[in-house]
Amino acid sequence: MPSTQAYLMLSGTLFAVGLVGVIIRRNMITVLMCIELMLNAVNINLVAFSHHIASLEGQVFTIFVITIAAGEAAVGLAIIIQLYRLRSTINVDEARTLHG
Amino acid sequence: MAEALLLVVLLPALGALINGTRAFTNPHGPKNKTVTNAVALGATALSAIVATIGAVIPFVRSGTPFEHAYYTWIPAGIGHAGNFIASFAVDFAFRIDPLSCTMLMIVTWVGFLIHVYATGYMSHEKGYTRFFTYLNLFMFMMLLLVLGANYIVMFVGWEGVGLCSYLLIGFYYDKNFAADAGKKAFITNRIGDFGFILGIFLMFNTFGSATYSKVFALAATGGAAQYGGIATAICLLLFVGACGKSAQLPLYVWLPDAMAGPTPVSALIHAATMVTAGVYMVVRSNVLFRMAPDAMLVVAIVGALTAIFAASIGLAQNDIKKVLAYSTVSQLGYMFLAAGVGAFTAAIFHVMTHAFFKACLFLGAGSVIHGCGGEQDMRKMGGLRKYMPRTHWTMLVATIAIAGIPPLAGFFSKDEILANAYPHHFPIWILGVVTAGLTAFYMFRLYFMTFHGSYRGAEVEGIEESEPAHGGHNLIPDRRHLLDGDEHSDKAHGHHTHAHDPHESPWSMTGVLAILAVLSIVGGWVGIPAVLGGSHPTAFQRWLSPVLLPIGGEAYEFHEASVALEWTLMLISVAVAAFGIFLAWRFYKRDPLWSTPKRFAETFAPVHRLLENKYFVDELYNATVVGGTLALSRAMWWFDRWIVDGIVNAVRHLTVVLFGHGSWIFDRYIVDGAVNGVGWSARGGSMMFRRVQSGFVQNYALIMGGGVVLVAVVYLFMKP
Repeated sequence: MPSTQAYLMLSGTLFAVGLVGVIIRRNMITVLMCIELMLNAVNINLVAFSHHIASLEGQVFTIFVITIAAGEAAVGLAIIIQLYRLRSTINVDEARTLHG
Repeated sequence: MAEALLLVVLLPALGALINGTRAFTNPHGPKNKTVTNAVALGATALSAIVATIGAVIPFVRSGTPFEHAYYTWIPAGIGHAGNFIASFAVDFAFRIDPLSCTMLMIVTWVGFLIHVYATGYMSHEKGYTRFFTYLNLFMFMMLLLVLGANYIVMFVGWEGVGLCSYLLIGFYYDKNFAADAGKKAFITNRIGDFGFILGIFLMFNTFGSATYSKVFALAATGGAAQYGGIATAICLLLFVGACGKSAQLPLYVWLPDAMAGPTPVSALIHAATMVTAGVYMVVRSNVLFRMAPDAMLVVAIVGALTAIFAASIGLAQNDIKKVLAYSTVSQLGYMFLAAGVGAFTAAIFHVMTHAFFKACLFLGAGSVIHGCGGEQDMRKMGGLRKYMPRTHWTMLVATIAIAGIPPLAGFFSKDEILANAYPHHFPIWILGVVTAGLTAFYMFRLYFMTFHGSYRGAEVEGIEESEPAHGGHNLIPDRRHLLDGDEHSDKAHGHHTHAHDPHESPWSMTGVLAILAVLSIVGGWVGIPAVLGGSHPTAFQRWLSPVLLPIGGEAYEFHEASVALEWTLMLISVAVAAFGIFLAWRFYKRDPLWSTPKRFAETFAPVHRLLENKYFVDELYNATVVGGTLALSRAMWWFDRWIVDGIVNAVRHLTVVLFGHGSWIFDRYIVDGAVNGVGWSARGGSMMFRRVQSGFVQNYALIMGGGVVLVAVVYLFMKP
């Protein structure tokens, strides 16, 4: 059984990958997937600590996060589809009507 | 008794209210004279009856002064008065004592008689109801004056009778001379009232009260040692008020002009009641006056000088009412002379007898004027004995009474005054005796000129010429005529009856004359001195003695002289009066052409002119007081026009320049600048910060991520 530290490192790496993906990728689908990546990194973190302190609360919380993530993916994809219908693109840089 | 007193005072007020409403609601239309008479006479008659039955008789029975405060009228709180703390409060209170009883009887009954007379005299006048409104209002105020238990209530009445006097003198308000005379009376009285109210203030400040009983009790306890100086000041100020109201030198000028009012008014206000208010006030304040011998001396001197001054003017007047007016001034001087030499009871005694015979004389004169169709010049009368016998007899009685022939009323009061003046103030006694002689002369001159000889009305002027005087229209005298001063008074008196021969007046007038004539005979018998079978002190003195409080334990001493001296003084005054009557008879009766007085007038032309023009006092006052006031007003006008207005205008110009133009600059650059500056800075700031909102979502994510890393770094490595 690997140590908690190893789980944390995996989680951190996954979160970093997700964050960078969110920042640098232009495709909205990819950005959405990267967000999923970050959420799952957090899940690993929670489960690892849950195991570490021998408490089930973290794992329960993970179930909630997975549920929210499912909802988030649904809403996000719906927004993307609407945006594509409106603009015929899913490039993040194209959607900047809120600029100052 | 409290309710009775209130009723006595309020009944005439009610009468005035009712008649006043009737006169006011229908100012020019005809009014029902019966209703007016019923209201006016009913109110006065009831008031007189209630006063007699409800106030005077119970008082005489019980013998104790009665004082009742109806309510606290002016509660002014606690304050310093002299050297003690006093609660300054004025009660609306009435007082009944021998003095106010005497005045109450004179005012109500003589007032009632004159009301009756006026129904006859005024019967053809316009404004009949208005006249009785004023007359009732006057009764109300006069009763307030004599019944008030403190100086403040007295002052209200004092001012009220002044107002009524003004209204009644100016009764013929469409005639210039009457309006002018009213104003003159009002303004002259104002001067006196100023002194009076200052006197009340000083009294309030010294004794902490204006209630007679309190003030006099305090003063009598303190005596001259404690209050002598301040009493002199108070008394002199009060006397200034008395001078105005009672027409003494130098404020007497309004009274002769007051004859512009209807004759019943002259009788009621300017002879019997109102003008004696000053005497009443001085006698009422006798405790203070007795502590101030200097003030008493001033009163005596002013009284004596007024007496002889007015009497000398009376010698040369030809207007029947003018003669009586100066006679009134002179007699009032007599009363002040009496008060000044300490004979307070004699002063009130003379007030009473004078009220009888002078009211009778004035009403008689009114009857004569009425009978002669409005004529007032005695040179156009004469021989009226035949035409108006009732008026003749009553006036003869009153004339003898004022001349001081025993046993008529005037003799006793005048003799008491002179007897009191003789021992201490010999020069004043001389003035008094000379005045008595002059009085006898000019009164009998009036009598002989009016009632004896033959009727001159038609022969002097011709009937056609005298027509306007009868008709009562186009009668406004021109200015010059007014300054000449004589014949203007009752010319406005428009009688529609103008028989060419004089006619006797109706019974409503002559009946009143008869009653007053009887009173002129018997009125003096209450004061018969010891040497003539009376007692010492006389009945009247005993009656009034409770008013003369002892000062510092020393009771008031009634003057007493030896029998021989009394007889001598009496004989002298009767002899002087008889001499005056003889001269009048010699000048105006025995010689129907009046050659002697005419010769005198020519020989002593300057003196005659001086007397005829009343010593030019009116002209003097016109030049000094009136002219001075006008000059001062002009100076004030100039000052106002150029200095005050100049300052105001300068301020305006300065304001326009500084704040008109200056404020435009301020507004334009400072206020607008600040507002615009705020706008500009907001705009510039937003231009700068809008760049932050790029719209690139990933920018936001980067900044957010960077922020998190920053927080983490600070938390991990820079933890304290």
